[in-house]
Amino acid sequence: MLKEAIIAAFGGHVRFDGSQRPASVSACVVPRDRFGEAAKVMKKAYALLAAEWASDETSLGRGYGVFACYRWGSEYLIVKTEVPSGDPWFPSLCRSFVPAFRFERQIMSLMGIAAAGNPDVRPWIKFEDWPAEAWPLRKSFDAAQRMPRVTGEYIWTRAEGEGVYEIPVGPVHAGIIEPGHFRFQAVGEDVINLEERLGYVHKGIEKKFESLVWQDGAKLAGRVSGDTTVAHSLAYCMAMESMTGCQVPERAHWLRALFLERERIANHLGDIGAICNDAAFAFMLYQLSRLKEMLLRTNLRLFGHRFMMDRVVPGGVTVDIEPAGKREILAEMDMLAADFEKLVTIYDENPSLEDRVRDTGILKPARARELCAVGIVARASGLNLDCRIFNPFPPYDRHEWMELDVPVLISGDVHARAWVRIQEVRESIRIVRKMIEEMPDTGTHVPAGQPAPDSSGFSAVEGWRGEIIYWLQSGPAGEINRCMVRDPSSINWLGLELAVLGNIVPDFPLCNKSFNQSYSGHDL
Amino acid sequence: MIRILRQIFRTGIVTEQLPPALEEEIREVGAKLEEAIRQRFRRSLTIRQVDAGSCNGCELEIHAMNNPIYNCERFGMHFTASPRFADMLLVTGPVAWNMEIALRRTYDATPSPKLVVAVGDCGCNGGIFGESYASLGGIDRIIPVDAYVPGCPPSPTDLLNGILKAVR
Repeated sequence: MLKEAIIAAFGGHVRFDGSQRPASVSACVVPRDRFGEAAKVMKKAYALLAAEWASDETSLGRGYGVFACYRWGSEYLIVKTEVPSGDPWFPSLCRSFVPAFRFERQIMSLMGIAAAGNPDVRPWIKFEDWPAEAWPLRKSFDAAQRMPRVTGEYIWTRAEGEGVYEIPVGPVHAGIIEPGHFRFQAVGEDVINLEERLGYVHKGIEKKFESLVWQDGAKLAGRVSGDTTVAHSLAYCMAMESMTGCQVPERAHWLRALFLERERIANHLGDIGAICNDAAFAFMLYQLSRLKEMLLRTNLRLFGHRFMMDRVVPGGVTVDIEPAGKREILAEMDMLAADFEKLVTIYDENPSLEDRVRDTGILKPARARELCAVGIVARASGLNLDCRIFNPFPPYDRHEWMELDVPVLISGDVHARAWVRIQEVRESIRIVRKMIEEMPDTGTHVPAGQPAPDSSGFSAVEGWRGEIIYWLQSGPAGEINRCMVRDPSSINWLGLELAVLGNIVPDFPLCNKSFNQSYSGHDL
Repeated sequence: MIRILRQIFRTGIVTEQLPPALEEEIREVGAKLEEAIRQRFRRSLTIRQVDAGSCNGCELEIHAMNNPIYNCERFGMHFTASPRFADMLLVTGPVAWNMEIALRRTYDATPSPKLVVAVGDCGCNGGIFGESYASLGGIDRIIPVDAYVPGCPPSPTDLLNGILKAVR
């Protein structure tokens, strides 16, 4: 659909790039001045913007490449435009796609390519005390350097008028959470504006990838966001395997799916508990964190790590499961399901909890679509998106066998986001059982091989927060030239800003917890 | 309500003794800890957790310390919202360049005497992120550190043990 749409609109002015892997993902190049027009065509074809990024291709004898990835159903289309290094700008996509404004701020800040027409030219992630000429993703930037701090000022959105006041929060928050800054403008108790400022945990991950050998990249990917370690390392590995043509054994795929679902269950249990805790119902937090701890301990016993870090590697997985381990997981799932259902009933029947979570922090379906939201947040706001259905790897591709039921709610409130998680826990328990019972007997690992020079790979994996995208590009010697990471948080953070509008300030923690986006995955 | 009560009674107390390997060490530390906490912290150790750039892995395990299985409050320690009330900073790392100032300010806002525990491989030495334009490496590059808890991430038991060591 998308491919046809762009061919119809651009005719001979669009060139398709055969070096993009996997073959199911198309990549094309359009002239720079028509990059914005391509976005318009995509918008008309009902596509959503999945990611926008830039790559320094000077070592490949070109200038910069600016990329936009669009998604419609199960089709991904990457539209690229080439930007000469002496004249670094490209047309902004903001007019067609709202989330582009933040992607483009990031491209400007870290790669030094301006998005012409983007109304927000403030830096993002790059703080005001960075030297203006520091563009870390450029090849000419020395990653090992110590930057001097300069004086500068960040221009905040302001609100004025009688009774309007501001509440700055962070970066060091009251709880045990990651750092970020939130600035509320409020009248009385009502929030009239929320502005996020993230980037505090920027560790130079994307730059770091470029200094690693391919095999070690999976380890770093596993530490992009520690709570999503399986999904991130899996997405990295799948993108890399698509470049080398590596055929991962069937059993390895199934084990990866098993790890992914266990990660989903563990994090959802923690989140549901934490949402209830923020509505002053600590009982649920303690009950659910007990169940979560049980899962983590089983992970440690069976797979050697509580979060299964570094268990997914290029070419397969590092651990296998024995029949005794299978029995243990099945018994654990039985116990988990029984206890979980009791707790869901309590959640569902508690009026004081209902009072807090219903109609709080609403992200309307139309807004979620505008923001191109992904994952739990999207599914709680009426968008039927799930890579396990639309972009599956084995065993998810056996739809008739797995019958995966993806919950989609339309109320978009805190309750919807909690309920999507509850339904997903139920589904994950069911498919974990199914996968355990029918896991094929093959090997678990094959050599991954090395990507060819100047090629690129892509993957999209449904982590517990939502769709994670990796885009890898190899350099002239076949090394990592660029590793683009798009955590679901990069998009969904925008949803939180909208969802809290009109809510009272004390409900912010509840709204925030129901989104529970990653700071580290966003800041990279 | 009856369901809640039934679930509470059915679950019972799930808090565990520490693993036998650690038991003796903890007992030894525990005796000294009790004395130290009584003298230096008026019987309760108040901890402020600071994420100076971690991937959130260490935070998950610090959360787990508070779950009913580990129940760290039984050792007289609890987490506070403000560094002003804290006896100890539990800092995860590496120190991101963008967090350096906030970390220094948090340290300065904590009243002396104060203890600092560096958590995780990254907190100890920068870990996989090392030192770069954006990552300044271990916590001790920025503020003085009293104890180190390596691990990626360290388990809740490692964390408890590390905190007890710092207090000793």
